[in-house]
Amino acid sequence: MNTTAIAINGIAIVSFLIAFFNDKEKAKKSLKIAGKSFVRMFPMVLTIILIIGLLLGFVPPHQISKFIGEQSGIGGVLLIGALGALMHIPALLSFPLAASLLESGASVTAVAAFITTLTMIGMVTLPLEIKELGKKMALLRNGISFVIAIIIALIMGAIL
Amino acid sequence: MTGNSKQKKEEKAKKEMVRDLVIFGITLAATLILLMEFPDRRGAVISTSWNFFLEMILILPAVMVLLGLFAVFVPKEAVVKYLGKTSGIKGIFLAILLGALPTGPLYVAFPIAAALLKKGAKISNIILFLSAWACIKIPQEMVELQFLGLRFMLARLILTVIFVIIMAFIIEWIMEWDDTGGVKNAV
Repeated sequence: MNTTAIAINGIAIVSFLIAFFNDKEKAKKSLKIAGKSFVRMFPMVLTIILIIGLLLGFVPPHQISKFIGEQSGIGGVLLIGALGALMHIPALLSFPLAASLLESGASVTAVAAFITTLTMIGMVTLPLEIKELGKKMALLRNGISFVIAIIIALIMGAIL
Repeated sequence: MTGNSKQKKEEKAKKEMVRDLVIFGITLAATLILLMEFPDRRGAVISTSWNFFLEMILILPAVMVLLGLFAVFVPKEAVVKYLGKTSGIKGIFLAILLGALPTGPLYVAFPIAAALLKKGAKISNIILFLSAWACIKIPQEMVELQFLGLRFMLARLILTVIFVIIMAFIIEWIMEWDDTGGVKNAV
């Protein structure tokens, strides 16, 4: 178990204890919600984990780095950024996926672009966003988000 | 929340669960077939999947407990109440902070943002709130820390905050510049 995992579990336990001593009923309710969300997320967790296994086991690193590695240039970054914008998976699961891409030859820039567009832009939820906030604001938000995601990714690649 | 919409939500969750299970089943079947066809890849695939599974399972329950605590102790109504009437630097920080609280997926935030817009909250604050909700969530940062390390997580977080603030003002400027000819609600 690494330090991060220990810290996260520590924070969760302490927060829960504080909540429990403040309001037992509410604390119990939050545990119930936690259990439910965990069960709901679990099939997707297993799916992503299998995909990661297949990705690292079958796709040779030089193939991955050809498309989204250091030498792939801005084209690779735009490609994976667009992929991130189209995909609809929980952000929590994008991090192990991103880590596996990084391990198999993707560049920091590409991985940062993928996570940032995945979390910020929702093509699947765009109709809902348009309905609630209007066409102009929704399109502006998603469009400019894509541009800044690419800028963030390029800076990440330069400094890391 | 009315009983009817709660029931609807449960139904939707059930449907999503079935869909996710079907997707998992297909992925599992594909994995098994591939591993049978290519026995030499078995070791790599299984050990990779197992390692990622361990890393995930060590933090996921804790992240879920934190999500549950926030869902119960910080209700959505509180978010609307606080964000509706602040502005300036304080508004910027509050919008980011409230968006970063782990309170559900992005589509939950759209109706909240729409309500805030009607109440007269600044457009830049709404964009900040939505963007923080989308990509600066506290549990997300924890999982990012676990899988990608402190340097990656911090660099991306700081850059995201900076650029999201810039974006918020650009969008506000465009929306208001376009509106100047029409009726502008100055309240």
